[in-house]
Amino acid sequence: MHPAYSVILFTTASGAGYGLLALLGLTGASHGSASDFWFGAVSMLVALGLITAGLLSSTFHLGHPERAWRAFSQWRSSWLSREGVLAVATYVPACLFGLLWVLPGSNETLLAVLGIITAILAMVTVICTAMIYASLATIRAWRHWLVVPVYVIFSIATGAVLLFALASVFGRSGIPALGVITIVALVLAGIAKLVYWIGIDNMKPIYTMGDATGLGGDVRQWELPHTSENYIQSEMGFRVARKHARKLRMIVGACLLAALVLVWAAFGFEGDAAPVFAVLAVLLVSVAAVVERWLFFAQARHVVSLFYGEQSV
Amino acid sequence: MTTLPDTTKPGQKKLGLVIDLDTCVGCQACAVSCKEWNTQGYSAPLTDLEPYGPDPAGAWLNRIHGYETGEGDNARGLHFPRSCLHCETPACVTVCPTGASYKREEDGIVLVNPDTCIGCKLCSWACPYGAREYDQDDGVMKKCTLCVDRIYNENLEPEDRQPACVRACPTGARHFGDLGDENSDVSKLVKARGGFDLLPQMDYKPVNKYLPPRPRRDTAGGVKSTPLETVGKGDGSLAERVFSWIDEVLS
Repeated sequence: MHPAYSVILFTTASGAGYGLLALLGLTGASHGSASDFWFGAVSMLVALGLITAGLLSSTFHLGHPERAWRAFSQWRSSWLSREGVLAVATYVPACLFGLLWVLPGSNETLLAVLGIITAILAMVTVICTAMIYASLATIRAWRHWLVVPVYVIFSIATGAVLLFALASVFGRSGIPALGVITIVALVLAGIAKLVYWIGIDNMKPIYTMGDATGLGGDVRQWELPHTSENYIQSEMGFRVARKHARKLRMIVGACLLAALVLVWAAFGFEGDAAPVFAVLAVLLVSVAAVVERWLFFAQARHVVSLFYGEQSV
Repeated sequence: MTTLPDTTKPGQKKLGLVIDLDTCVGCQACAVSCKEWNTQGYSAPLTDLEPYGPDPAGAWLNRIHGYETGEGDNARGLHFPRSCLHCETPACVTVCPTGASYKREEDGIVLVNPDTCIGCKLCSWACPYGAREYDQDDGVMKKCTLCVDRIYNENLEPEDRQPACVRACPTGARHFGDLGDENSDVSKLVKARGGFDLLPQMDYKPVNKYLPPRPRRDTAGGVKSTPLETVGKGDGSLAERVFSWIDEVLS
């Protein structure tokens, strides 16, 4: 599948934003008001800023962005519509939670309820994003059972590293629970992605050119319907990444591992170096998420390629 | 509305095409005629980009592939027109976030409303048959309309009230009709010729059917054809041997 940059930016940026938002919601629910106004305000702005930037970038690849509002209407059948509805719905409790969280003297119960609602809606939005892909029967690599878990885990892992970096910048890198959550999330992200890659590499083809054309048996293509590449080929027949897949996967693994080591180091040192390590970890985990997402698209093969010479998928 | 209409009602009309892979000669008349009609009708404009340049691109609703099957004496090439199959359970419709993609309750035609499509392209990802092509210039998805603006058009002569591709086919390889009515000509044709679905295991339940190429025959009009390898070998008579000797001397 053709990896549209706007979609990669959208899914990774908003994924990190929702992960951060969910963790902030849980932090508020368990610890009450933000310990520091600026830490709270900046964290909330980063989370909502990433989400908003992601959502806006997702409209860049539309043919008619001015009609994007129509996408809220078909939530009964369309995961893309559900995602849109939930993305907007999440803003309501998130903004209320953010206000109560940074202001002193807020009602703790209300804060906890809003925090938990925000966290749940954020994660359900990420699940909807993943389901847009996981619901397509035409792309077998996206039907893998780990597609939705990987989206959720990467969202939490990138959000956790962000929160860890924000906390470090405000001099709080030594919070044990946060350090543990960040490291566990990074480890889980790496394991889930590795298992997913092994899974799709070992997928046995189930559809052949004989099935697609209905002719059965061995079918060969001898003539293309058009002389230059058409939309179907450029959108669904993307091949460039496959030859680099191994190296790119190693980059993802190396970035996740390096981010983990940096978080560990920042956690240990609590001194001046901690924010530097933590911000570097954010950069590394962002690279991992973007490359991972790029591969997710570029390595996915579409059933329609059977009509264009692919023998089996 | 992108939820699907109930198409299980008895007598449900299912308009579609039946394409005969035995008689299609790959002349592209259907593709050209489709393009010509649809660039001025419901799907207008059906844009081409740099049509006379080195790398032309554009949205077409009908594409004719060439495939080869079988081995040895049974090997054969055939032409394979590919367009929207107007599935009974089209995922291209249910994934649409805006309701621009829909399946008509009255006749099962799958359409895109060009005024509400946002051009997100998700429907084209959901289609296993590559039936939808994005119009870069118009910013919306284009697909076969089964010539909805012809088949009910009372301004046209009755014989023209069928899809442009069917009307254009010089070999009668394309048939249009109601596949929901088992007594219709197209349904009878599908039954008689063993018409089949593409990728039936994906369960999109295509309405359009394809007719398989007829098996190879060794007789024509009751006369057995002569195997190629025996042609010119002669019958071994004295005259044949004399001619064969002359042939050798002269060669």
